[in-house]
Amino acid sequence: MRFFSLAFALCFLCATASFAAPFIPADEATVLERLPTRSDPSLAELGRLQKELAGNPRDIKRAVSVAQRAIAAARAFGDPRFLGQAQAALGAWWSLADPPPVVLVLRATIKQSLHDFDAALVDLDRVIAADGGNLQALLTRASVLTVLGRYDEAKRDCARLAKRAEPLVTTACIAAASSVSGDADGAYRSLDGALATPGKNPQIRAWASTLAAEIGARRGDVAGAERHFAQALASDPRDGYLKGAYADFLLEQNRPAAVIALLKDDTRNDALLLRLALAESRLPELQTAFRAHRDELAARFAAARRRGDVLHLREEARFALEIERNGADALVLARDNWSRQREPADLRLLAATAAAANDTQAQKTVADWIAKTGYQDAWLAVLGTRPRL
Amino acid sequence: MRWLVLLAALFALQAAHAHKPSDAYLTIERNGATLTGRLDIALRDLELAIGLDADGDGEITWGEVRRQHNAIAALAVERLSITASSRPCPLAVSGHRIDTHTDGAYAVIDLAGRCEADDGLLAIDYRLLFDVDPQHRGLANIVDDGVSRSVVLSAERPRAVVAGDGRLAQFVSYVREGALHIWTGFDHMLFLVGLLLPAVLVRVNGLWAPAPQARPVGLDVLYIVTAFTIAHAITLTLASFNLIEVPSRVAESIVALSIVLAALNNLRPVVDRARWSIAFAFGLVHGLGFANVLAGLNLPRDVLLIALVAFNVGVELGQLAVAAIVLPVAFMFRGTAVYRQVVLVGGSLVIAVLGLAWFVERAFSVALLRG
Repeated sequence: MRFFSLAFALCFLCATASFAAPFIPADEATVLERLPTRSDPSLAELGRLQKELAGNPRDIKRAVSVAQRAIAAARAFGDPRFLGQAQAALGAWWSLADPPPVVLVLRATIKQSLHDFDAALVDLDRVIAADGGNLQALLTRASVLTVLGRYDEAKRDCARLAKRAEPLVTTACIAAASSVSGDADGAYRSLDGALATPGKNPQIRAWASTLAAEIGARRGDVAGAERHFAQALASDPRDGYLKGAYADFLLEQNRPAAVIALLKDDTRNDALLLRLALAESRLPELQTAFRAHRDELAARFAAARRRGDVLHLREEARFALEIERNGADALVLARDNWSRQREPADLRLLAATAAAANDTQAQKTVADWIAKTGYQDAWLAVLGTRPRL
Repeated sequence: MRWLVLLAALFALQAAHAHKPSDAYLTIERNGATLTGRLDIALRDLELAIGLDADGDGEITWGEVRRQHNAIAALAVERLSITASSRPCPLAVSGHRIDTHTDGAYAVIDLAGRCEADDGLLAIDYRLLFDVDPQHRGLANIVDDGVSRSVVLSAERPRAVVAGDGRLAQFVSYVREGALHIWTGFDHMLFLVGLLLPAVLVRVNGLWAPAPQARPVGLDVLYIVTAFTIAHAITLTLASFNLIEVPSRVAESIVALSIVLAALNNLRPVVDRARWSIAFAFGLVHGLGFANVLAGLNLPRDVLLIALVAFNVGVELGQLAVAAIVLPVAFMFRGTAVYRQVVLVGGSLVIAVLGLAWFVERAFSVALLRG
């Protein structure tokens, strides 16, 4: 019995992550960990503010400032630890039914990032009901509604931005929704036009260029997509989301070598590691690296499942489909994912897994969605004729 | 700054969790009264919680970790408490090592402890790092006399229990937990006392008079306690299998309200003869309250049914014990004016006021009572 319990404990450990044996380093000077502060000095400022806030946790100005910086860091590094820190900063107001609007918007942003879309909408509805001109709340709600596939409501929120936000923001907000609800061409044209005028904020331009590139790719406009990806990468070369989107585009174009050049240093990022592994799988000379990365990803998804996370469903489904070639598992994951969010990547995944598993019900879900929304996607149109993704 | 946050809202979806979130790994093994364990905490998390990077160069060296060993040990021991049969198992740190997980280096803390009791419900209360990162999770594996169980501990559910080897041991443990809950759950106890106070009396011409015989009194009490138990068993079971879901704030508020109404009914009886029906109606709500207790224990699914039955039996036994103490005394003094005026009226008033205070606290999230 004792032996079995020990074996069980060990299995538990090996399933959660690949453990080496614990050790005591020989040298005091051995570097064990490098903190993200090393690559980004702005995090030192976040740390300083967090310490100040710890001394007076009800200081709302400081709490808001910490939460904003932590949310920005979560996005910049793709690191969910910062989301938890943002939530901790708002601890004094987090479970109140009616916190101040500035806290509500931040709480909604954090909940949205944790994929708790319904709770995010409750908070945003409350802010907007009290103050219809809250730009941040309107833009956030528009993006949540777009993710959920509620495009008409999203466009209404975008339209309410028009008077006071930078024109590029309004254009991109509307394009995000209209490009997936029957007007990809119009969305691309207006975004391309808006991007032609020079703007002040490089990050907004990077965001809008990424969006334009993704729409271009869905329209089958390879040259346009390439141009906008280049534009976006010039503004913000380290952005994780952008790199992932560009890698997807390169994989679609069957340019795995370019993906490896783009992502070789991003192995800590699950989403990017998945794309790196997909590229490696297509290159005979990189099979050793591919197998190592495949096992690494499997361990990370297992750890996420143990934790009870649903945040990785999209990546996990793609891993099951394209790397493990397990159509049945992939379909279960893709269906679950589709029940939570409705972005183009989610629909593509459902379509691809439905085709791989030959599941007519899921195929009908995809067809119905396309018929209902007018979604256009060159990739989907040729899905049936592809041997594999 | 504002635009940065705004952008975060725009396409944070995928990017915000491309890395592994903050998890710590806990293994605890019990052999009789002896505990051994291991806790792995990411150095990045320790940096946030207690600070490791003394020279601020963004690199954590073994020397920097070593100099913080006392603080790391204090954090582990303060934020992790374990009990067996509701009696403490003080923990001590027996060693510090380092391990490399896929997402970076972790401090490995070896734990050893000795419980005052060598059997019964083993309960783990884990509150590491939730104050600095509420999204943190403790992934625990508890090995109890050969039975292993994995559980995820979170800020919402920081507690987990395992109940030893063998169905009988588990059954006994949950009976004890149920009985204990009645005795420590002041609100359930007061509700019951409120219902029991007039059991030794009868209404005659709109006035309270002493009940002539013991037997009907005993039956009345048995009906009340049993109706209460059946009712809360129904909702507790439904809630535990996720067939109904009531926000705990709503359930707890109605529990408080039930105390007020039960007490007021003694002052101005609306329901007189069939007080078991009050017990039944509000028992349904108290069951939802119990469900929150069971949910907080993070029970494994395979023992859920056994735990449910045992917990209900425990609650019933706990209530009968309350009745066994209150009733004989009440029966003895039922003929006195002191009982009818001071104990019944005064007691009911006190219970009503307490219940009202709880109701306001729970329904409106304000603190009235220190406690």
